[in-house]
Amino acid sequence: MTDPIVSIRGVSKKFPGGVIAVDDVNIDIAPNEFFALLGPSGCGKTTLLRMISGLETPTDGQIIIGGQDMALTPPNKRPTNMVFQSYAVFPHMTVEENVAYGLRVTGVPEDETKRRTAEALEMVKLSHLAKRKPDQMSGGQRQRVALARALVKRPKVLLLDEPLSALDAKLRDDMRMELTRLQETVGITFIIVTHDQDEALSMASRIAVIDKGAVQQIATPSELYEQPATRFVADFIGKVNLIDAKVLSKKAKAITCEAKGLGKLTFDTEKACGDTVAVAVRPEKLKISKAEPKAAGLIKVQGNVRDVAYYGDTSHIVVSIKGGPDLQVNVQNDSRTGGSGVERGQAIWVSWMPDDSLVLTE
Amino acid sequence: MDNWKDNRSVFWTLAGPGTFWLLVFFILPLGFLFVMSFSDKAIINGEVSITEYDYLTGISNYIRSVDTLYLTIIWKSIWVSALATVLCLLTAYPIAFGICFASEKWKPLLLLLVVLPFWINLLIRTYALIAVFRSQGYVNLALGAVGLGPYDMLYNNFAVIFGLVYVYMPFMVLPLYATIERLDKSYLEASLDLGASQFTTFLKVTIPLTMPGIITGVILVFIPCLGSFLTPDLLGGANAIMIGNVIERQFKAANDWPFGAALSFMLMYATFAALMLRAFLAKRSAGVDV
Repeated sequence: MTDPIVSIRGVSKKFPGGVIAVDDVNIDIAPNEFFALLGPSGCGKTTLLRMISGLETPTDGQIIIGGQDMALTPPNKRPTNMVFQSYAVFPHMTVEENVAYGLRVTGVPEDETKRRTAEALEMVKLSHLAKRKPDQMSGGQRQRVALARALVKRPKVLLLDEPLSALDAKLRDDMRMELTRLQETVGITFIIVTHDQDEALSMASRIAVIDKGAVQQIATPSELYEQPATRFVADFIGKVNLIDAKVLSKKAKAITCEAKGLGKLTFDTEKACGDTVAVAVRPEKLKISKAEPKAAGLIKVQGNVRDVAYYGDTSHIVVSIKGGPDLQVNVQNDSRTGGSGVERGQAIWVSWMPDDSLVLTE
Repeated sequence: MDNWKDNRSVFWTLAGPGTFWLLVFFILPLGFLFVMSFSDKAIINGEVSITEYDYLTGISNYIRSVDTLYLTIIWKSIWVSALATVLCLLTAYPIAFGICFASEKWKPLLLLLVVLPFWINLLIRTYALIAVFRSQGYVNLALGAVGLGPYDMLYNNFAVIFGLVYVYMPFMVLPLYATIERLDKSYLEASLDLGASQFTTFLKVTIPLTMPGIITGVILVFIPCLGSFLTPDLLGGANAIMIGNVIERQFKAANDWPFGAALSFMLMYATFAALMLRAFLAKRSAGVDV
């Protein structure tokens, strides 16, 4: 990795009253990355973002931006700009004045201010609304103003706090693509905070999953989905079947365990483990069949269909198995007739390739 | 409740008492005074009556009220009130800001402190100020202890303005507090984030966005200041008379109700002018969500 643009080293934040919002976080973010901080609400991701911007001060640790320690740098002197969750577009200024604000207060010459403001408005496609006041605009438009206002400053890092949460579904999809396009055009590092896994998976080049103030895993979207490090990550990113298992024996490169309802299974892994582990497998990796599947090496189990939910492109089937948890199976409805072809109460076989599941040790 | 016409009985039950009160104890007396301001004391058997009036005789009282003597006093009342209002604003803004940023535990207590003076009679509070400022008062005692003074701090414009600031301060703090409390702090953070200093943020974001509170506070302080008579009477004496004192004397000592009424209405017109100014300013800052 090239020299990181943002380096978060051992950063903690304790609020008065003993609440630990951020707990010893270490993250390096490379230039031009689209980085996402993903976690449930209250996990400390926004506090982390605010510490990068300088609006909060870490109780411990260092934040280094562009090679410089930011400990003593107030927010107005940092090479970062933020798009606030509430947008915080100044209501007493026009769109144009809002965008020009950050340039005017730092003494950028007026002709340059005018030119850059016009460019920024062009970039977010708001030139025709330059003279409007924010109260005459929609939420999506206000957000574009907030974006233009931050980008016009040409920061090294753009911080976005839940940028899509206040938009309706259609607008959210548009804005998601818009943000990706903008990030590629301007070539600035984006750090986005979100609680929405779809948002993080579809936009970010790398994601840090945060729970209770601590980083659970930092990885690319596909790694997070296919190789989750912990039960929390597996469960938080997408849907997953987690089957508890008791460890029978542990060798250097393999674990043999007794999984509930599935029997004895062996997984290749070098991870250390305790007495219990969990077998994780995504619903779309599971296959169903009426007859017992014959292929060698498959993990298979017979059960009863408990529920079928039809979603058009897919059907979600819940299969209850003896001695284990209900398994969720997603099947593609790839023929125009018959849907998934299964009915409630039907006896059915569920199977998957061992490589499509993995064992989680923590 | 969509429309009062759909629920007439509910509407009148709720609005009735207030309407009755305003009508009987405000509009009617005001109308009486309005008529009075166009009247004169009756002349009976060649003598000016002390109880009888000739109603609606003309605008002689208004002509009298634009005499230089009264205009000077009105003008002086305006600038004394204006100065007191500005001082109130300058003192109250930091107080209101401080309360807003205080912890939740302290907020109610600090607000209580602001309204605490209301629990004590205005007369007593004003006499207490005399005890503070008189020649052998506490301030002069304290100054004397370090070898200064004594200074004459009573019965001048300073005493009146100090008294007005003291009495009307809560009327400034409360609307400011209400506005600052509702101000979304992310506006201030956004301004800092965009490179503005704390001072620039205050000038360009905080003040414009709290303008509705500032204007309300200014009006709530300026208008009662303009009509006050107790404070200038007790603290200003004969040296710092305000229009309120003149009006009070017309109604009491001089027993000239028609002229007192005319002066009162002159003061009311000045007040309406101030309110129209507020409406005008509020219209201009229409973008600010208040």
